[in-house]
Amino acid sequence: MYDVTRDSDVDTKATKLSARNVQVYYGTTHAIKDVDVDIEDKTVTAFIGPSGCGKSTFLRCLNRMNDTIDVCRVEGTIQLDGEDIYDERVDPVQLRAKVGMVFQKPNPFPKSIYDNIAYGPRIHGLAKNKAELDEIVEKSLRRGAIWDEVKDRLDAPGTGLSGGQQQRLCIARAVATEPEVLLMDEPCSALDPIATAQVEELIDELRQNYSVVIVTHSMQQAARVSQKTAFFHLGNLVEFGETGQIFTNPEDPRTESYITGRIG
Amino acid sequence: MTDATVHQPSASASKHAHSLLAADARTRKRNAAERRFRMYGIAAISVGLIFLVILLFTIIRNGIPAFTQTYITVEVELPEAKLDKKGNRDIADLKKVSTFGYAPLIDNAIFTKVQELGIETPFEKPKKMRSLVSASAAAQLRYMVLENPALIGTTVEFEVLGSSRVDGYMKGRVTRDSVARDKNIDAEHFDIVDAMAQDGSLARIFNWAFITGADASESRPEQAGIGVSMIGSFFMMLVVLGLSLPLGVAASIYLEEFAPKNRLTDLIEVNISNLAAVPSIVFGILGLAVFIQFMHLPQSAPLVGGLVLTLMTLPTIIISTRASLKAVPPSIRDAALGIGASKMQSVFHHVLPLAAPGILTGTIIGLAQALGETAPLLLIGMVGYIASNVPDGIAGGFLDPNSSMPAQIYEWSKRADPAYYERAWGGIIVLLLFLMTMNIIAIILRRRFERRW
Repeated sequence: MYDVTRDSDVDTKATKLSARNVQVYYGTTHAIKDVDVDIEDKTVTAFIGPSGCGKSTFLRCLNRMNDTIDVCRVEGTIQLDGEDIYDERVDPVQLRAKVGMVFQKPNPFPKSIYDNIAYGPRIHGLAKNKAELDEIVEKSLRRGAIWDEVKDRLDAPGTGLSGGQQQRLCIARAVATEPEVLLMDEPCSALDPIATAQVEELIDELRQNYSVVIVTHSMQQAARVSQKTAFFHLGNLVEFGETGQIFTNPEDPRTESYITGRIG
Repeated sequence: MTDATVHQPSASASKHAHSLLAADARTRKRNAAERRFRMYGIAAISVGLIFLVILLFTIIRNGIPAFTQTYITVEVELPEAKLDKKGNRDIADLKKVSTFGYAPLIDNAIFTKVQELGIETPFEKPKKMRSLVSASAAAQLRYMVLENPALIGTTVEFEVLGSSRVDGYMKGRVTRDSVARDKNIDAEHFDIVDAMAQDGSLARIFNWAFITGADASESRPEQAGIGVSMIGSFFMMLVVLGLSLPLGVAASIYLEEFAPKNRLTDLIEVNISNLAAVPSIVFGILGLAVFIQFMHLPQSAPLVGGLVLTLMTLPTIIISTRASLKAVPPSIRDAALGIGASKMQSVFHHVLPLAAPGILTGTIIGLAQALGETAPLLLIGMVGYIASNVPDGIAGGFLDPNSSMPAQIYEWSKRADPAYYERAWGGIIVLLLFLMTMNIIAIILRRRFERRW
């Protein structure tokens, strides 16, 4: 039913992020219940599930973006390379430099393309001088697979690009700060099929250097780009395993009903 | 159910077999309602426009005369025998000659002119000419001489400020009938005025003194100007801008972006909204109690006026700043936080620049409000007869007693002489020009800084 023929053997990779017993509450609503997940290095992990099942919420826990929501409370432990990211000594700003994020809606800054990319390296002091910064910008835009389209107009506003270009710009912006993990919250939901294909190709390339976590509503997309898939339902992590296995031979009946389109 | 809905359109179509070319009763009714609504709208806007036109027309018709003033140009003899008896041009000696020494010189000059022109007049003494000129004319002549003693012994051409009755006659405000019981001037004086006006030696010229001058006493409306109170307003606005913009923006950023949402911040929010609706006179009495009675700052000083108006402007600026901060899409904050910017970096690098047009507009509207405010100034003594000179320094500008434009207008409108009524309207024109300029600046800034996202 789904194309899972690409190589998916990822069993010898190190664990990058590990979540144990994670609970998330929005006020009195228990949004995430008892989630245990290990996210491996240099792997694409897909989170799938029906709307409102908590996959985006869980994704935002991984770089503490939920801190900005007052009513949100996170319990349990999430470790990045063995360090608890919710430890009170952790500065979320440093964490987010290591765990980058790409959002559902392309959200470039209303500045030039160059400044969009250069902003992260500037605030983190990654470049000593203009030449180094130029180099980082070019490298990031190349990694974002958008360099050829924008190299002649780096001074043009980032908001003037097309939707797909904007999203690739945002991905380039996220990789410019050299993160170790890249979180993507439905990065293709606002894009047309061609732009989606470009972003998916990009995700596959990013896997060489980063651990990528992607939330998606498209099961075809999850099957195409990921090596591991987690299925969320009503705040529970129902099933987590090799993408091939989840899509061809799910253990849980709920997973099967979802991927065959019966619930969701 | 599904079957039923599928069949319904054809069934209903056959039931109401209506041509699309003719509107049915229900559609006609709806269209009529829509037309009525548009009419109400047009009517409301028309009424508004009519009142605006009436307002502008009245202001301009009543206020424009204040911008011209009647002057009599005559050759004034400055005899050494009267002005410098010792003949050594010593400034201390020259100062001993008061305006009483100068007034007869002007009288003589005008009398000579009247005789030169061959104007028939019942007045036989030069002193009778004094009704034609302002009481301040002699002082102005004296200043001129003291500034340039070399003029003594010569005959100079001098523009004598006409009295307010003469000015009123030239502007049609005063008639021969209306001065029948006036002790200041007789109807015969107007024969002289008519003849001199024909000759050209008496004319209405542009009234710079109104724009640059200070207030004058009750009996000399022809001398009163709005200039010094304009400077008072300017220094007050400096205080308001310098305090309320940084305070207001900082408070809004803290409340909007950093403060936890709890009972306390809710209470503060409600209170700020309420403060914006507090009558300005309340701020005036607060200023009186705190700044003058408790802190002993000088009365009538633009500094205190500015402080009071700052209190009044702060809620306006905070409310508009918070609104424009709220209008910045959260995705921009997420984007900044997502690449590891701190909260403060995300606010100052991304949110604030996007909110800037709104903040600027709010600030300028707040300033415009403050510029036109009179009531709080009543209580700190910035109304009343304040005929101060132009302040000689920045400290003087902030601390010397001064008035402000709206207070000056209010003051003039209270005075008995109709010449002051005209000045009040003229002052309103100046004030409106200032407000218009500020609003235009607000529009330009908004256009320039507005960015799409």
